[in-house]
Amino acid sequence: MKQGTRHLIQALAALAQNPHLGNFITGRIHQGPSKRLCVPGLNCYSCPGAAGACPIGSLQAVIGGRTRSVSYYVAGTVLLFGVLFGRLICGFLCPFGFVQDLLHKIPSPKPSPPRRLDRTLRWGKYVSLAAVLLLPALVKDAFGIGDPFFCKYVCPAGTLEGGLPLLATNEALRAAARFLFSWKLGLLVLVIAWSVLMYRPFCKYLCPLGAIYGLLNRFSVYQMGVNKSACIHCGRCEKACKMGVDVTGNINSAECIRCGACKAACPTGAIWSGFFKDEKTAVNPSQTPPSSGPSVGRD
Amino acid sequence: MTAKDAPRPHRRLAGKRLVTVAIFTISVGLIAVGISVGEPAEVLQKAVNICLECIGIG
Repeated sequence: MKQGTRHLIQALAALAQNPHLGNFITGRIHQGPSKRLCVPGLNCYSCPGAAGACPIGSLQAVIGGRTRSVSYYVAGTVLLFGVLFGRLICGFLCPFGFVQDLLHKIPSPKPSPPRRLDRTLRWGKYVSLAAVLLLPALVKDAFGIGDPFFCKYVCPAGTLEGGLPLLATNEALRAAARFLFSWKLGLLVLVIAWSVLMYRPFCKYLCPLGAIYGLLNRFSVYQMGVNKSACIHCGRCEKACKMGVDVTGNINSAECIRCGACKAACPTGAIWSGFFKDEKTAVNPSQTPPSSGPSVGRD
Repeated sequence: MTAKDAPRPHRRLAGKRLVTVAIFTISVGLIAVGISVGEPAEVLQKAVNICLECIGIG
């Protein structure tokens, strides 16, 4: 699949999750029953256009609620999305992932961080996930309510999709904005600048939803794989991968967002993907590598 | 041929499929339990009001 087609799907998915465009002018949020359903991607439920609930916000709201410290419905929904799609959601359906994809298209130097630093920072999303699951349950106020810590102190999607449009149209909210808003705005500016220089830094290092879906990549119904007998080890797939996945070694790694760039770059068609596919059903045993082909060395 | 005699990649694949089915079953079960205890109403309650924390107000 061409990346242009993927961007079109991303745009349509963002629109499907935020169809109430008129609310951006009126400064209201949608209050219909569809908001009891969680959307698959990171999409703030305080975004004026949002039709559904953000899974991370909902998870924290339930865990931090007075009635219980465990979520069944939201956790089950996230698990279901993850076991069906894995991080295909990050690559195709997440509005904030789409925003980062577009930002990265802005011409600029695209430096790579040192490999060791990059690997260490990737653990950040699991720290975020732990904070999402534990802090609202463990740190509660006198009324027994826990803060949605990730939404409150970190989430740049909430600031971009909810904070900025609502403050732009609501004077009372503007007047109430204090240090916390400045902090979150600063984080958003940082993520935006970082996304121009580097591909999807929020997804790589901070997203708790990406962490859950990543852990399920290996077991999801949607799978990717490499036909070893057709692979000519040219290295094009790994050069094409902006998430830094070891494509031939571990294509279903927790870092793979299933964008398909590796598959499009493969000169022999050795990379397969799809629902209900595995090594046994996807690989044609008679498929062998071509006798000759251009060789591209790895950096 | 028994499962024990099957070649290792096939056993690995079968194990992976089993995990997938288990996670799928657990997720559907969790959703059902959540619905039965009224969790969607809690989500709705939160989602239809402006989340001040999410937008950076408080």
